[in-house]
Amino acid sequence: MGSGLVNVAVDISLMTLLAVTAIGIIRSRHLFATAMLSGIYSLISAALFVTLDAVDVAFTEAAVGAGISTVLMLGAMTLTRRSEKHAVKLHIGPILVCLAVGAALIYGTVEMPPFGSTEAAGFKHIVPEYIAGSRDDIQVPNIVTSILASYRGFDTLGETAVIFTAGIGVWFLIGRRRREDEEDEKKTETPGDRA
Amino acid sequence: MMFAVAAAGLIIPMLMALARGLMGPTLYDRVLAGNSFGTKTVLLIAVLGFIGGRPDFLDIALLYALMNFVGTIAILKFFRYRNLGIAGDAENGNGNGGAT
Repeated sequence: MGSGLVNVAVDISLMTLLAVTAIGIIRSRHLFATAMLSGIYSLISAALFVTLDAVDVAFTEAAVGAGISTVLMLGAMTLTRRSEKHAVKLHIGPILVCLAVGAALIYGTVEMPPFGSTEAAGFKHIVPEYIAGSRDDIQVPNIVTSILASYRGFDTLGETAVIFTAGIGVWFLIGRRRREDEEDEKKTETPGDRA
Repeated sequence: MMFAVAAAGLIIPMLMALARGLMGPTLYDRVLAGNSFGTKTVLLIAVLGFIGGRPDFLDIALLYALMNFVGTIAILKFFRYRNLGIAGDAENGNGNGGAT
């Protein structure tokens, strides 16, 4: 399969870029460069999430990681100096802990089922009931919608409230701006010296 | 095959933008590196959609492009005014006239 090979090649290139960016973030002492590189890091991870078909996670990563948190880091940077102090010595203990945790995580992925496998444990437990139930009980054609809105309705209620609040906020912002403009126009129109 | 070449042709500029972001002597080099890297990510996501046979990724790529633009504007505005709360209206020109 050609597209599978291409996907593997893209994954490897993106992972390489991710590693280069991470090393750049660690080695850079210039805080503005670090902020921009962390934005680039988030964009690469978002592209990697897209290759895993997790588009919603990718979108959150790009919005929060590359958008808001870069601005927040720049805001924090204005309160401090522009460059980081030089690290004096190499800490051996933390490096060993990181290497051990990394090795344990890689060891944990060895027995994981392949990506997209229907034999994975997550697809065996309750997912068949959801698939059958969303057709027979909920009667919603989209399985994701039926799980989010019905099976996990109480869990999703909080998210729905957040999105509703955000929508009301946007509506008020846009509505208020328009009304102010209209009032300004009225003020300029009242003298009657329209060109 | 064509899309594979396109993906390769996008990853190489990503590497170059990353190099500029790492080395970039001035602040604006780095802002531009971040912005152009975001653009290449958008294009790569579109190409990945075609490779995987799901061209509906194009909508998502469009949203990414929008967000990349807004993010770059936010960063540049931050460096212009040191504050994101200032409206920076064009009539006064100095950014002090807006509401805080």
